Amino acid sequence: MIKLIKDTLISQVVTLWTVFVHMFVKADTVEYPDQKPYMFPRWRGRIILSRDPDGEERCVACNLCAVACPVDCIALQKAEDEEGRWYPEFFRINFSRCIMCGFCEEACPTNAIQLTPDFEMAEYVRQDMVWEKEDLLISGTGKYHDYNFYRVAGMAIGGKGKGEAKNEAPPVDVRSLLP
Amino acid sequence: MTWEVGSALNIAAILILVVVIAAMLIWVERRLLGLWQERLGPNRVGWFGLMQVVADMVKIFTKEDWVPPFSDKFSFVLAPNIIMIVVLMSFSVIPFAPGVGVSDSNVGVLFILAMASLGAYSVMLAGLSSNNKYSLLGALRAAAQMVSYEVFMGISLLGVVALTGSFSLRDVVLAQADGWYVIPQFVGFVIFLIAGIAESHRVPFDIPEAEQEIVAGYHTEYSGMKFGMFFVGEYLGLVLVSSLITVFFFGGWMGPAFLPGIVWFVIKAFVFIAFFILLRAALPRPRYDQLMSYGWLFLLPLSLLNLLITAAVILMGS
Amino acid sequence: MTVLFYLSAIIAVISTVAVILQSNIVHALIYLILSLLAVAVVFYSVGAPFAAMLEAIVYAGAIMVLFLFVIMMLNLGQRSHAQEQEWLSGKIWIGPSVMAAILLVQLLSVVTTEQAVTEVVEVGVQEVGLMLFGPYVLAVEIASLLLLAGLVSAYHLAKK
Repeated sequence: MIKLIKDTLISQVVTLWTVFVHMFVKADTVEYPDQKPYMFPRWRGRIILSRDPDGEERCVACNLCAVACPVDCIALQKAEDEEGRWYPEFFRINFSRCIMCGFCEEACPTNAIQLTPDFEMAEYVRQDMVWEKEDLLISGTGKYHDYNFYRVAGMAIGGKGKGEAKNEAPPVDVRSLLP
Repeated sequence: MTWEVGSALNIAAILILVVVIAAMLIWVERRLLGLWQERLGPNRVGWFGLMQVVADMVKIFTKEDWVPPFSDKFSFVLAPNIIMIVVLMSFSVIPFAPGVGVSDSNVGVLFILAMASLGAYSVMLAGLSSNNKYSLLGALRAAAQMVSYEVFMGISLLGVVALTGSFSLRDVVLAQADGWYVIPQFVGFVIFLIAGIAESHRVPFDIPEAEQEIVAGYHTEYSGMKFGMFFVGEYLGLVLVSSLITVFFFGGWMGPAFLPGIVWFVIKAFVFIAFFILLRAALPRPRYDQLMSYGWLFLLPLSLLNLLITAAVILMGS
Repeated sequence: MTVLFYLSAIIAVISTVAVILQSNIVHALIYLILSLLAVAVVFYSVGAPFAAMLEAIVYAGAIMVLFLFVIMMLNLGQRSHAQEQEWLSGKIWIGPSVMAAILLVQLLSVVTTEQAVTEVVEVGVQEVGLMLFGPYVLAVEIASLLLLAGLVSAYHLAKK
């Protein structure tokens, strides 16, 4: 009987009192549109395509991001310009599918694709959630300021021959007998 | 046109005020729940979110009012009307203040109990006519719960009736001039409180509409204004139970003379409304069989004992 | 009060007829509830508010809820609807209607010859209570014994 009263009455009253005391605790709510939260720089939000310090596209259309994407929201096609640089002919991200996992950023060998702290991407038309290369491409370098893939890679492009990249020895002529 | 009990002006004022207060309670409840759960609650529409009620009303009136093709249309349309009518009818015997009230029926307590028992039909017909298994389960639970808790509701009030010697609610209030009944009838008060929560399906006992188990119980299939009527009917029931507790156990409009009687009534009733909302914020829902066995094995003997002791004390005193 | 009496009496008669004629069992029950409520108003109009309220609480409020409960448990659907409709037509009606007509004739003759009670005497709750626990205490005790027997047997059945 005492246990019954303890279970049914005392514990309920204690619960009620505990909740009532919370009246005098400040609310935890962040009033979002008026009061913007601080977004950390490494937050995984909207995806952008960055440029190298010379202002050229970093993306070399290697397709690694599209392969890494778990929801298959990235589509692109390789093209090559007259200098021999690879670039994406189109680069399309369907943000209505994207889950902001950041795998594409990790897969990217040229730091081209990067995630930013922006998350306000609501649209009224579903088709507007599909972003093309013009929408994704920014004019800056993103998180990595002095990285330029073609300056460190061995690939020859217009204005830079074999062996002229940073930290790269000139190519060895295998037909010559000289050391 | 005179301002007396039962005049047309009086009836219209009570009807409008009660419905408006019930609608405003939607906002009050959400703000109070926010307060107790360390949130803010609706504060965007209008001052402190007060216009939220208007926004909800606009939404609910313009929504599609869908009658399922597999339902029994007659009962389906009838059910939400019953709860509104029955609860509003119950307000007709409540004495709000001297000279304010619709009727001073000499069987007021019985009238309230009769209306409460008719309220069960709304829930049952809604569940039965929806032709949906969740609704049917909700209606079955509601029927069993309401029929059982009506019993203790009536018996717990009989102590008050015996002390007053009248079934009229105005007499009950007048008899508390020199002491509220909550002191001699504390057990009756607690039982009436619990039965009142169960009758108005408020949260600890909202088993008929438990969202987590049976979607929304008996009003799963309802939409638009028909759902709105259930919703407002629930809040009207909350106001009714709070007013009844005020009348039966806390002296109705009685209070220090610096405020008029109606203000005391509203303050007392609001305290109980806030208490019901606190219950919603704090307590979990019991299991169905726990509810039934708690009622029949604990509350029923307790209420009978309360009545017996009250009657014995009255007999010894006379 | 007279107008109230006749109005509610007519409603009671019509809804009782509707109970018989309805083939949908739930609709029939709604009409039955309506009929009981009309009878409660009749009681009220002839000066028995206590009886009126008890009619509403006990019959309309409790017993009919249990009827509805049973219907829910049985889950009668289209099949019973068709069956009822079958019963509603045909010569099944002849017997009951002849007997009802005889009763009606009896009732009419009684009403026309006997002096009807016209004056309304209000019977309060206290008078009813004093009568129940005064002259009729034996009947009350027997009824309570019956209820106790029902309770015990229900407990026995539920325990199995």
